[in-house]
Amino acid sequence: MNGGACSAGRSRWVEFDSVVSVEIHVQLATESKLFCRCASVYGAQPNTSVCPVCLGLPGSLPVVNREAFELGICAALALSCEVSSICTFDRKNYFYPDLPKSYQITQHYSALGRNGRIEIEDNGGARQIQIDRVHIEEDAGKIVYDETTGESLIDFNRCGVPLLEIVTKPWVTTPEEVYKYLVAIKQVLQYTGVSDCDMEKGNLRCDVNISVMEQGAQEFGTRTEVKNLNSFRAVQKALEYEKKRQIELIRQGKKVVMETLLYDDVSGKTALQRSKEQAQDYRYFPEPDLHPFFISGEWLESVRSKMVELPGARRERFIREYFLPRYDAGVLTGDREIADFFEKCVTLHNSPKVISNWIMGEVMKTLNEKKVSLSDLNLSPAQLVELINLLESGEITNLVAKDVLAAVIETGKSPRDIIAQKGLRQESAEDALRAVVDKVIASNPVPAVEYKKGKKTAAQFLIGQVMKETKGRANPQIVARLVLEALDKAAPENPQK
Amino acid sequence: MTTCFEIARKIRNREVSAVEVVKATLERIRLVDPKIGAYLQVTEKDALEKAQEIDSRLAKGESVGALAGVPIAIKDNIVTKGVRTTAASRILEGFIPPYDATAVKRLRDADAVIVGKTNNDEFAMGSSTENSGYKVTRNPWDLKRVPGGSSGGSAAAVAADTCAAALGSDTGGSIRQPAALCGVVGLKPTYGLVSRYGLITFASSLDQIGPITKDVRDAATIMNIISGRCENDSTSLEAAAQDFTAHLEEKINGIRLGLPKEYFALSADSEVTKAVQDAARLYENLGAKIREVSLPHTDIGIATYYIIANAEASSNLARYTGIHYSSRQTPETGSGSQIFAQDVIDSTRTLFGREVKRRIMLGTFVLSSGYYDAYYIKALKVQTLICRDFEEVFKEVDALITPTSPTPAFGIGENIEDPLAMYLCDVMTVGANLAGIPAISIPCGFSSRGLPIGMQIIGNRLSEGRILQVARAFERETEFHKKKPRIDTDECG
Amino acid sequence: MEIDAKLVEYLAQLCSISLSEEEKISLRGDLQKILSYFERINALDTSQVQVSASGGEQVNVFREDRKGAGLPQDEALKNAPDRKGNFFKAPPIIER
Repeated sequence: MNGGACSAGRSRWVEFDSVVSVEIHVQLATESKLFCRCASVYGAQPNTSVCPVCLGLPGSLPVVNREAFELGICAALALSCEVSSICTFDRKNYFYPDLPKSYQITQHYSALGRNGRIEIEDNGGARQIQIDRVHIEEDAGKIVYDETTGESLIDFNRCGVPLLEIVTKPWVTTPEEVYKYLVAIKQVLQYTGVSDCDMEKGNLRCDVNISVMEQGAQEFGTRTEVKNLNSFRAVQKALEYEKKRQIELIRQGKKVVMETLLYDDVSGKTALQRSKEQAQDYRYFPEPDLHPFFISGEWLESVRSKMVELPGARRERFIREYFLPRYDAGVLTGDREIADFFEKCVTLHNSPKVISNWIMGEVMKTLNEKKVSLSDLNLSPAQLVELINLLESGEITNLVAKDVLAAVIETGKSPRDIIAQKGLRQESAEDALRAVVDKVIASNPVPAVEYKKGKKTAAQFLIGQVMKETKGRANPQIVARLVLEALDKAAPENPQK
Repeated sequence: MTTCFEIARKIRNREVSAVEVVKATLERIRLVDPKIGAYLQVTEKDALEKAQEIDSRLAKGESVGALAGVPIAIKDNIVTKGVRTTAASRILEGFIPPYDATAVKRLRDADAVIVGKTNNDEFAMGSSTENSGYKVTRNPWDLKRVPGGSSGGSAAAVAADTCAAALGSDTGGSIRQPAALCGVVGLKPTYGLVSRYGLITFASSLDQIGPITKDVRDAATIMNIISGRCENDSTSLEAAAQDFTAHLEEKINGIRLGLPKEYFALSADSEVTKAVQDAARLYENLGAKIREVSLPHTDIGIATYYIIANAEASSNLARYTGIHYSSRQTPETGSGSQIFAQDVIDSTRTLFGREVKRRIMLGTFVLSSGYYDAYYIKALKVQTLICRDFEEVFKEVDALITPTSPTPAFGIGENIEDPLAMYLCDVMTVGANLAGIPAISIPCGFSSRGLPIGMQIIGNRLSEGRILQVARAFERETEFHKKKPRIDTDECG
Repeated sequence: MEIDAKLVEYLAQLCSISLSEEEKISLRGDLQKILSYFERINALDTSQVQVSASGGEQVNVFREDRKGAGLPQDEALKNAPDRKGNFFKAPPIIER
């Protein structure tokens, strides 16, 4: 009944759980590499950010980047890990053309942090995902393959860049929950400034291990490893595919083999990379070119005190301080830049809900359309606040405000300048408007007649035409009133027929 | 005998020009080195340029460095910018480093003139220089004998007067043993005192660069130049700068010197033992207090050393793959069969010599899964016991006196077939490496065959000043260091 | 500790050196002899010994996070056994 010698397929009625562990590598947000002074760059010309150390030239030696180490401690604390007081580095020995020393300096026997956790939202409540370890290590170089010959072309710019590795304990979960985990991790790392977590730039990489087991079973099944996951959605889809595949195998009475699989985003399937039977002996041993590191209580406290407010705490504070609904608070604190922007706006203009609406509305819409982050957008808190003030004081209409925002972003000019330049002030002068109303009614006799016949909606059409005529600048309330007045005045008809 | 001190003084006083000194050195190399084979490369052009530059500065009355114009040779496992560096291995045959080792840079800043790169055992692995991938170096005192190793080229060059001094490296005795066999002075500093940046690593936790010189004062002078904190080496010590020449001429009355009985038991040659015991008596006459002491774990030193050193070496030499520097050897295959990167790696690494392959395999074994605890971790624990031996002993004495090498220079080819026999040459020197403490070898006698015998003085961590002082005290009273080998040349040597 | 031919093959593969048959045989003998010699460390009681942190006093050696001059591109590629444009070139890779 439970995974014994029986090789018959499992019945379709048996339910399976999936057990997953996730391994993430993120690039630490430092100026220079982990063991040398080369710039940590992206997209530079090949082999232009290298030196004897990261090239592994004879006689070169590593020296640890303090900032990288401290960011590692920060991440460990942010993930509620136990931080070791003694920390060492180890060598992981293997041969590969992108690894110049033929060993990677990493942490194996030691880790910066262990036994941490992160909270994710779970159907209105919260769930803790257990983190096994957090450690730092150096990245390898990058190989591209010559199209015609298949030869390896190696660029060592990335070699030596500092990485943070976060490994979860295996847990019974769903692909969807794993997605949430990834989002939560990214949020924390961005918040604390530990990493930009930009998967496009390759500075967040993810591998997963997944196995399935019958619900209620005691032992985990055989796991496979899935690599080449280039987005959080890809992770989710790959897990969904792999879970199904493994369940099918078991239902057919076959065994899941421990393998490394690559995910193909196009087909949505996983395929064999290599069999993991021949496990490599990495001969880990403590890095003799580096002395141990002691993390004192004082140092920990100083890192803790410098740490920013974490996303969860910030969300709760937004609810408390700004009286925002949970949903709004969640959206605003989802991205640290946006949360910072919001709070700056509020200090300039104390209407949190209004500002929140604008940010969650027009601003974030623009970010999605342009596929940029807030820091890349040409909009300052002062500018947004100016716009909102102009709107609230009645100088412009809502419609116009949206256009002005787009223009501010486009040109970088202030809302006031744009309004002046384009003559977008709200037209509230009744005489001027009355003239336009009269003109519109005169040019559109049919709606006027229909209105008199009792079709009230005809007035809407006329109002719309006036707005169009004034290029949206007219004060809508005044226009509406004037149109109705004009229509009522012009109709000496009896309501009864 | 021209020492660094004398040359520097004469050049500064304009009694002789830097160019004259370099030319004389190059001439001496031309005359003598074909017999000795100490040099892998002579950097004639660079040396003359540097000498000219020094002379021109002196002519203008500008100040020059402490070693201005002094001709110094560099062991070929220390990188020199723009100058081919091979570690005496075929796998680095065409390698031209784009940077200088810190020790080399400091010598250059002191205006020393680098005259060439000397031969050594490949990747510093050996005790005779016979493991060089390029040539044999002969002992200037007897051309049929080895100069010792791995810094055999440097020691032979100093002994043959083809340079004023040289840099060597010492992992298990590679400065001291060749110095002893060649009748010159060789110092291994406290671990971390001299930067390892630019030293082609053999064993990271044991390697040190050090001076090989004609007398003790030169060793102290060079230490002043090359030692001190280096920001490119994490194992480099923060120790405050010292003037190692400051106490050289002071008397050593009352100093406590220990003779570790286990070291004397290991001495295979009675003449060696006698020479060192005579030296002890001389120290006694100078007012030192001599006593027998014990370093109980001496006999386990070789096993411990070779496990740790080879383990680290197996990893340190993994970078030589033929992929992004070093010679590349592509395997021959049957027609049509494709070559992959791994094939190139496997094939290139056959360029290592026999001894290097042996040590890499041994090192790989002791680190491999299943054996790591029993060998590597165990060896690290035994190392701790050896360190404790020295800590205890230095509570009773200020320095230790021992033979440097169990025997004087042996014949070329004599030990080469028996790796274990070769390893045992290091039995008196590995202790200081394992404990990270300084040790110097100075000439203290000659065998009946006229071969130099060396005495080793070992001190506690950062006590270079003291062991140099003790060495100098002996040197003041003796003439061994002044004797020079007769090298059979066409002209009178 | 028995060093058999299979172990020699395995070690050669781990350290990526192509050995000739003759070398394998002679290395097997050497390794056997030397490892037997190493075994004497087992005679020592190290049960009370902790591996001491190397150097003892020297800890927390760091470097500030500042960019510095690296190697110019041509210097970096100068010792490349083979190159294509500004890349180091090597044969295709196959998983071992």
